[in-house]
Amino acid sequence: MSDAAVLAVSDLTVTIGTRRGPARAVAGVDWSVRAGETLALVGESGSGKSMSVLAATGLAPRAARVTGSVRLLDADFTALPADRRRRMRGRHVGFVFQDPMTSLNPVLTVGRQVAEAGEEHLGLTRRASRARAVELLDLVGIPSAAQRVDAYPHQFSGGMRQRVVIAMALACEPDLLIADEPTTALDVTTQAQIVELVADLQRRLGTAVVWITHDLGVVAGIADTVAVMYAGRIVEQGPVDAVFGRPGHPYTSALLAARPDPGGGGGDLVTIAGAPPSPLALPAGCAFWPRCPVRSDARCEHELPPLVGVSPAHHVRTFYPQRTDGEGHEAS
Amino acid sequence: MARFVIRRLLQSTIVLLGVTLVVFLLLQLVPGDPVRVALGTRFDPQTYEALRARAGLDQPLVVQYFDYLRRALTGDLGVSFRSGRPVTEIVLERLPATLSLAVTAVLFALLIALPLGILSAMRSGSFVDHAARVFSQFGVSVPDFWMGIMGILLFAGVLGWLPPSGYVALTEDPARWASHVALPAATVGLVTASILTRFIRSSMLEVLSEDYVRTAEAKGLRTRVVVLRHVLRNALIPVVTVVAVQLASLLGGVIVIEVLFAWPGIGRLTFDAVQARDYPVLQGAVLLVAALFLLVNLLVDILYARLDPRITVK
Amino acid sequence: MSAPTAHRSEGQLRRALSALRHDPLALTGTAVLVLLVVVGVAGPWLAPAGINDVDVDRMLQPPSWAHPFGTDELGRDVLSRVMVAARVSLQVGAVSVGIALLAGVTLGLFAGYYRGWLDNLLMRCMDVLFAFPVLLLAVAIVAVLGPGLLTAMIAIGVVYTPIFARVTRAGVLSVREQVFVRAAVSIGASDLRIMRRHVLPNIAAPLIVQTSLSLAFAILSEAALSFLGLGVQPPAPAWGRMLYDGRGFVTDAWWLGVFPGAAIFLTVLAFNLVGDALRDVLDPRQLTVNEARRSTG
Repeated sequence: MSDAAVLAVSDLTVTIGTRRGPARAVAGVDWSVRAGETLALVGESGSGKSMSVLAATGLAPRAARVTGSVRLLDADFTALPADRRRRMRGRHVGFVFQDPMTSLNPVLTVGRQVAEAGEEHLGLTRRASRARAVELLDLVGIPSAAQRVDAYPHQFSGGMRQRVVIAMALACEPDLLIADEPTTALDVTTQAQIVELVADLQRRLGTAVVWITHDLGVVAGIADTVAVMYAGRIVEQGPVDAVFGRPGHPYTSALLAARPDPGGGGGDLVTIAGAPPSPLALPAGCAFWPRCPVRSDARCEHELPPLVGVSPAHHVRTFYPQRTDGEGHEAS
Repeated sequence: MARFVIRRLLQSTIVLLGVTLVVFLLLQLVPGDPVRVALGTRFDPQTYEALRARAGLDQPLVVQYFDYLRRALTGDLGVSFRSGRPVTEIVLERLPATLSLAVTAVLFALLIALPLGILSAMRSGSFVDHAARVFSQFGVSVPDFWMGIMGILLFAGVLGWLPPSGYVALTEDPARWASHVALPAATVGLVTASILTRFIRSSMLEVLSEDYVRTAEAKGLRTRVVVLRHVLRNALIPVVTVVAVQLASLLGGVIVIEVLFAWPGIGRLTFDAVQARDYPVLQGAVLLVAALFLLVNLLVDILYARLDPRITVK
Repeated sequence: MSAPTAHRSEGQLRRALSALRHDPLALTGTAVLVLLVVVGVAGPWLAPAGINDVDVDRMLQPPSWAHPFGTDELGRDVLSRVMVAARVSLQVGAVSVGIALLAGVTLGLFAGYYRGWLDNLLMRCMDVLFAFPVLLLAVAIVAVLGPGLLTAMIAIGVVYTPIFARVTRAGVLSVREQVFVRAAVSIGASDLRIMRRHVLPNIAAPLIVQTSLSLAFAILSEAALSFLGLGVQPPAPAWGRMLYDGRGFVTDAWWLGVFPGAAIFLTVLAFNLVGDALRDVLDPRQLTVNEARRSTG
């Protein structure tokens, strides 16, 4: 079981129809995650990391056109009828979104919101699902869960609300947990607690996790594999140690350099000059070349660099893989 | 919650005091002597003096106002210049007709506006959405009395299905009441429906884009559950206010429709009082309607606080 | 210091105009309004017949080439009366909204600028006016002042004043804390000057939108008042009054009901279309106060 991917996407492309023409948010992305494993999707906002996951699970906005293949557990997810896909969400895949202040319904008690997935997918009665909600709230570390179950979201702090959202996501003990920047809206102490909570629950339940973030510090701590996205494409992908230890793409190097160093105090914050291209007008060649410190020939501007392997599991999309150990071979 | 209610109650009382002052001053604005104007050719010194004294017009203005206020508080709104009957009695006996028309119209409006507003928001850009927009633009632009005339032309004239006007009390004969209320209620209801459709649509659209709706979808809930439990619950809270305000303004605002369909409600009473220069009746009707309006608004605010748990705690 | 404020209101005006040019519905609305103004000004000369040419031999004739809209119960030409009545509607609409605009903006400016007890007093007064259904209050005012063109204008103006006061006050409250206003205060500009030069131009957008939508409602109100016999007095024609007079014959003479009502509808629709388009450009988040407020005529 541990060999088979829980979720695998290949050649996933998402195009969103806007008033100013089609915007390509995700272009030919491949990644997969296995049981008990954590995949981190890293990139700036707008790089397509969230969109690729929403599209893969059928939650993309209505204006989006999604192509490519998605395998969830043993099913060809994209080929399933909408109702079957809906029944897999919540049952087999749990979601934790960015802002706990807005992702809970203000007029329902937290207990109802945690309980309803169990009623829908496991056929629990109202009473059983309520008991289950108390259990789940207790599991995610909400003190005196039996009383708090009838409280409304606005009576909780941000960190506590995110715990509620995690409890909701875990209601049916899903095989996969998707965490879309779950700590971005929280303060630093709470961030650490939430990261620790998810890691702990993952160990106990054996859940696969896709963690979407731009916080490389979190990635280093929890991820097994990393995929770095830029302008809708994966630019570097591999085991976390390899990617962080020997970054092969100039963008990854720049991201790592831009990371504020928690230890050293006074060092200048390195930033990446320029801004990512608009998904409405992507360059023909490498999307990163206008900002790239390495670019040195005409191919960068006109030709899409291939994804090359710098080691068996470590791939980079550039004409100039940096600091490769051993000769790279062309990968598809 | 208790403090909220008390504060709103206090506010409403102050506004109501202002309303009584405006209503009281209406009589002072009448050019010349209102009693003489009212009596017109039926003038005789004895009636004139009696009515003047009864209306307190021989007193200084401030005294008159406090006198008016004191009597209004005990339910005494003076006597009609025409019939000499107590105004309170005259106004209250017209209330059932107006109430039955207004409630029927609002129910009719909701029957159209709820499905239309919800569907057009959920299928934004579709045929239903366009139809809903045309309908609501039509409704806010059309004069309701013209639509009423067109209704009479079609349903009473060409088709002959419904009586063109008239009134039968609901308690007297429900079937005949229904046939008489149908046209005026549909007329008023269509205009109300167009306002509500627009409001429900935009309220729904706002909630549909909320993060917690995506959360509900991510849980794999059926569309029906997402819409009923998560979207509607939130989207309809502000709609309740608008429905109530509409109902409140119908209670006093359907003058033209009541005149057109000979419906003996408050609006028709106001019109007759204006024609007859029966100022105390006019004052009484206006005061009652404004008070009802304030009362409904107060109740709505309290209801609103009960529907939205976020307000209850404040 | 006045440069940015002046620039802003000019930009708004330009944006509004270009928006109207690119919106087919708004263009249609504008075209109808232009036509109406022409008819309103030149109606008496354009009309094919005199408005009071009574002819008992030609009573209640259906539409024909001689009388495209038919004739009424006194044999008068309905088309001519509809055309001449356009002036009354536009006049009442413009004057009453002018009154409401002037009074409402003044009250709202003072309330929002000086705050405190003055604000409290003025806005509670507006609350009181808001407590009456629109048409009922207008009817009551006309009833005591005596029916007629002038009193109808005053009544409708009074009724729509609170909306303008509220919109203005809300705008002033948000503008008065902005840097350029505080800067003007610090260099000792007089209150009146600050209001005129700095505050007013910056709240023009919601006021423009409110004005165009209020014109629609004012014309509806005028029609309702004249339907009740409280507007312009006979024999001068008014659309609402024509409907009232014709209502008894309508099952036999449909044209008496159809044409004057259609004229009101088209006029109101045109103002609404233009108003909606302006709102979309200038002030997309403005609450639809007056939609919720529009009580039935």
